[in-house]
Amino acid sequence: MSAEVVIVVDGAPVIARAGTSVAVALTETGRLAWRTTRFGGAPRGLFCGIGVCYDCLVEIDGAPAQRACIVPVADGMKVNTRAGHE
Amino acid sequence: MPATSELRVEVTVVGGGPAGLSSALTAAHAGLRVALVDAGSRLGGQFWRHPDPQSLAPGQAESDGQHSWRVFERMRAQLRGFIATGRVLHLAGHTAWSIERGESASVVRLTRSWDAVQLIAGSVRSEHVILCPGGYDRQLPVPGWTVPGVMAAGGVQALVKNGGRLDGRRAVVTGTGPFLLPVAAALTRAGATVVAVCEANPPSAWLTGTGSVLRMPSKIAEALEFGLVLGRHRIPYRTRTAVTRIHGTDHVEGVTLSRVRADGGIVPSAGARSHLEVDLVALGWGFTPDLGLAVAAGAEVRRDVDGSLVAVVDDDYRSSVAGLSIAGEATGVGGAMMAVHEGELAASAVASETGVGVGPARAARLRRAIARERAFARAMHGASALPAGWTAWLDPDTVVCRCEEVSAGDIRNACGDLGADDARTVKALTRAGMGWCQGRVCGFATCEVTASCAARSSTADDLRAMSKRVLASPVRLGDLAASDDTQGPR
Repeated sequence: MSAEVVIVVDGAPVIARAGTSVAVALTETGRLAWRTTRFGGAPRGLFCGIGVCYDCLVEIDGAPAQRACIVPVADGMKVNTRAGHE
Repeated sequence: MPATSELRVEVTVVGGGPAGLSSALTAAHAGLRVALVDAGSRLGGQFWRHPDPQSLAPGQAESDGQHSWRVFERMRAQLRGFIATGRVLHLAGHTAWSIERGESASVVRLTRSWDAVQLIAGSVRSEHVILCPGGYDRQLPVPGWTVPGVMAAGGVQALVKNGGRLDGRRAVVTGTGPFLLPVAAALTRAGATVVAVCEANPPSAWLTGTGSVLRMPSKIAEALEFGLVLGRHRIPYRTRTAVTRIHGTDHVEGVTLSRVRADGGIVPSAGARSHLEVDLVALGWGFTPDLGLAVAAGAEVRRDVDGSLVAVVDDDYRSSVAGLSIAGEATGVGGAMMAVHEGELAASAVASETGVGVGPARAARLRRAIARERAFARAMHGASALPAGWTAWLDPDTVVCRCEEVSAGDIRNACGDLGADDARTVKALTRAGMGWCQGRVCGFATCEVTASCAARSSTADDLRAMSKRVLASPVRLGDLAASDDTQGPR
């Protein structure tokens, strides 16, 4: 049975399976987009899925510009999608 | 050990995918001390990306959806043995951002892949470096491809291999090449409904490489397996068809399909066949190798049969730079098993300088296997050509560079009004390829759109200009500052 962890996304708890990525956790909450672009303010989320495109950036535990698709979830991790994006 | 410390080994292998695993293992078997630098957290690279054991659901296995998994398990088990004895240092979550070559040694500088990684070393110094950087999805922009819900085909597969669920989503897979099939299968496995797989090329394109296909029975078995998945789930496989427009603003609502003519031009599909309601689009136009480190190190490059930039190597996988070998997709996209074989030969050649290689009989077997695999890959590339004139389906406001939000119109203006006629100048004038991803996603397309303005094909020089990066990946200022403490190569 897979272990569960709780991460905090924009202040709200989200249950995720241990060992998955932050992007998997966000996707499974139904989110497709979690940041906006600098110039056009366009919504962006997961695109390349392997750390190449930097479209899925979020702030994690205070560290800015982390790629959600390659960061493993950890219990108590604080994900902030509303922080600056660059 | 402080993060700024420098490791000294005999061989540095960059990349933990099929070629890198095989290189590291072969070098270790030959008695060499190896540092295996892997940007990911678990060995396997993209091909053998697999869920963390603790995230497995009941009844789910680590090997679900994998191919040649036993090859990976065998290599991983042996590597773990070498890691336990200290002969192989596994630097997981470490990204190589530069290579400096000196008289007799190279220094590979490292940064953490994400913030929580504790760096084991800030750099690795070794006589030999074997680059096995792999590749990623090659992208052709299409109007609407920045709308959330559109993903790279490989990204969809990575999401599923990471354990992601896509229950209830309606998906279309579009592009060209055999990779569209495993992506459709992965989507289905994750609970999505695949409405169609759209292959831009005609079925007849696959007949030209029949000879090389018949010499690879394992590939026929794989194709049959995917054919069964498509059949069982009644997934339509449409040939000569491409998604040429994606609709939606904050999420994908549907796509427009076009028919790809024999001359590569496109015409709108008729009636009910022209539109699909979907909320997930997977785009896959083949792969392009990650040549950032190879180009930065000064290795000679060329354009391969599929149009991608690849490294020039000799029969022993040595690049034009002394002490630098390159194996796997970076020498030409050809699949995981070819990468495994190339990695073994590359490391064997390195080992034969100081110890023992794999021996002539084994080397000859590997070369024969690679010749078969390369012929098969060429046939696949021939059958998976990009639609000629695809740049014509872009609107002026279609984003080409996602990071800097540079449109096709911006690039065409740089060519038309400002007189740019090569990708380097377009990059300087428009900032295409200068954002976070440093042109990894838009590099190929930017070169093609630029070339199309002058009614020519993109060249190796165009592609090299988009692959040349001062830093091979974004680096924290702190890591840069710390790297000043270490000496350069000698």
